[in-house]
Amino acid sequence: MLPFLARRIGSLALSLIAASIVIFLVIEVVPGDPASFMLGLNAAPDTVAALRESLGLDAPAFIRYWEWITGMFRGEFGTSYTYKVPVGNLIADRVWVSLPLTIYALTLSTLIAFPVGVLAAARRNSPTDVSIMGVTQLGIAVPNFWFAMLLQLVFAGILRWFSAGGFPGWDAGFWAGMKAMTLPAVALALPQASILARVMRSSLLDTLGEDFIRTARAKGLSRRQALWRHAIRNALIPVLTIIGLQFSFLLAGAIIIERIFYFPGMGSLIFQAITQRDLIVVKSAVMLLVFAVILVTFLVDVTYAIADPRLRRGRS
Amino acid sequence: MQTHIRAFAIAGALVVSTALTPAAFAADTEVTLGAQLEPPNLDPTGGAAAAIDEVTYSNVFEGLTRFTSDGSVVPGLAESWEISDDGKVYTFKLREGVKFHDGSDFTAEDVKFSLDRINAEESTNAQKALYADIESVEVVDPSTVKVTLSKPNGSILFNLAWGDAVIVAPETAATNATNPVGTGAFKFDDWVEGDHIDLVKNPDYWGEPAKLEKVTFKFISDPNAAFAAVMAGDVDSFMPFPAPENLAQFEADPRFNVVVGSTEGETILSTNNKQPPFDNPKVREALAHAIDRSAIIDGAMFGYGTPIGTHFAPHNPAYVDLTSQSDFDPEMAKKLLAEAGFADGFTTTLKLPPPSYARRGGEIIAAQLRDVGIETEISNLEWAQWLEQVFKGKDFGLTIVSHTEPMDIGIYARPDYYFQYDSPEFQKIMEDLNNTTDPAKRTELLQAAQKKIADDYVNGYLFQLANTGVVNAKLKGIWPNRPTQANDMTSVYWED
Repeated sequence: MLPFLARRIGSLALSLIAASIVIFLVIEVVPGDPASFMLGLNAAPDTVAALRESLGLDAPAFIRYWEWITGMFRGEFGTSYTYKVPVGNLIADRVWVSLPLTIYALTLSTLIAFPVGVLAAARRNSPTDVSIMGVTQLGIAVPNFWFAMLLQLVFAGILRWFSAGGFPGWDAGFWAGMKAMTLPAVALALPQASILARVMRSSLLDTLGEDFIRTARAKGLSRRQALWRHAIRNALIPVLTIIGLQFSFLLAGAIIIERIFYFPGMGSLIFQAITQRDLIVVKSAVMLLVFAVILVTFLVDVTYAIADPRLRRGRS
Repeated sequence: MQTHIRAFAIAGALVVSTALTPAAFAADTEVTLGAQLEPPNLDPTGGAAAAIDEVTYSNVFEGLTRFTSDGSVVPGLAESWEISDDGKVYTFKLREGVKFHDGSDFTAEDVKFSLDRINAEESTNAQKALYADIESVEVVDPSTVKVTLSKPNGSILFNLAWGDAVIVAPETAATNATNPVGTGAFKFDDWVEGDHIDLVKNPDYWGEPAKLEKVTFKFISDPNAAFAAVMAGDVDSFMPFPAPENLAQFEADPRFNVVVGSTEGETILSTNNKQPPFDNPKVREALAHAIDRSAIIDGAMFGYGTPIGTHFAPHNPAYVDLTSQSDFDPEMAKKLLAEAGFADGFTTTLKLPPPSYARRGGEIIAAQLRDVGIETEISNLEWAQWLEQVFKGKDFGLTIVSHTEPMDIGIYARPDYYFQYDSPEFQKIMEDLNNTTDPAKRTELLQAAQKKIADDYVNGYLFQLANTGVVNAKLKGIWPNRPTQANDMTSVYWED
């Protein structure tokens, strides 16, 4: 197990270094100067030069790269050009909104997908199964931004049960925060739930065809008992893989939904920072997301290895 | 199995039901304003972003003079002033009993600090050029300040009314970006970045106290989301509203008033005067006649906007209507192009920044130019790219942009400005204007300046951007006009 872990950690570190170089280089070549963006149309050139200097934009690239990387190890991400607050605080605030939203959406999607998928598999080819397959097909096909706008129109515009968007901050209380997250979470959860339900169904059907299920039935278990005691547990592995992927996707990929519900998450932070050329925020925020995705992949790999000793030996 | 499904259903129902407590109704001393752009920070003296002034102007920060809703300049923190006969020395008498939000007294020292700071070497004030004529600032006594100019400048009182010249205290100047401390009728309270900013009433305000206890600015960038937020009652006012196509729907709804006012935004087809063939005045004249302003206003702005024939706001008393000089006349445009040696037309670039007036207007203008033989290659740019390529790099043929700074005709006197108009004659008019304080003479010079740039067809003059928005029918006192980027909330109130 130890050599396996060392190998995995080594490749984790290499991925992170490569990612940091790519992010830094991309940000270097992005056209647009943060200082002239901040000062607008009437600013004199020497004012722009003064601001560039105070932002530390004139140092050579490798020095700025080194300072960025070492800064991150010290937990210092610098100060946002435009917001003028520490980047670390800015990102932390958004993570405390994006992470709960991701968990909320994932919980909803699992709560929907799990029973629906099991039901469809248990009643394979019945009208229930066919209609579930139809509905989930629709859930995947309908773009989630359209669904989000529909939710907004119905529940905020007409029924007025919810705000049309925004986030009051956790200071306003836990339930106020949860309430503000509900519509975005539902909009995010539905397509994911549809995918998950289909994976659950097909994985369960595969498992139900395995020899050990036949053995269990032969030993006298009813169909339902075999399903609950043996099949579901074994069918869960591919489902967990998908949930892991969806977690990374939702954390960073909620940007369109965030814009519709003007929700201050990671996605809108990065989007806004790019348009304002607040590049110091962009690079650290993107780096953090890359780190999160690589870490989740790493954890999934380790979990597999724990579950299946054959994987530990590696490909050599 | 059935029981399991039921358990899941109950869990799901719990999650949803806890979310369904009815929306809280705001007390009638609180107002939530919708705004498309979140300010990057809250220091109006350190950046050009309009959103900074939209939150802080007159609410949190005040200057020596200030704008009113109709654009006139009135006393602010200066109670009165005297101007020396040579027009170079302004002696300001300051209001007494004014306190900053942190409790410290406002004195002449703060004025000196604020004005000196604008002109300091390391200053990052975006409008530094407006105050370059200030030679020295002298504290006469705690409530008197003497400002000496290097040469007469008839616009200085106007320039001091801008948000960039607000008075800040030396102790708090460095932290105003995140915790603004001013003298205004509202104090900064809270900022949930990416979502909203709260201001609360300043109980110790020197002037007429605010009628509202709390003002919240809520940031909603997406036009569809803005529509949903207004419909859901999440915001009480959205000025300017980003989607003019939705205004008719608000108009039909008794809950809302649609407000149409004026702005200082001259929307122009900016032309690179140094790039061939636009260095030829005949070509620029042809361009002016090729454009049908009313089609652009109807098509891009849903009818909201006033045609202009020069770079000047139509609601200003000194405005001259010169639109007839550049009437829509495609035949004339073709003839002028032929005279200039472009009978077969030419191809140029049209670079469009993000606002809808530019993107929608650009498509219409491209079609109109094609009719007279001018082909345009359209590229859509983000603001940062636009600043880099067009504004700084001057790498463009045509672009569309709304110049929202008030009274900014002076930019035509800057030969290195992005449209690169270099006319000694115009520069002379501007110089004379600065040396003149007599109002009648100033009007005359301003009109001469308007005529000069219209005669030279410097840019295509399209329309004055309208200030269109939606306001709750019971909310009174919202400024209909935008003499500067501001949401002055000091006299806003709820009608019973």
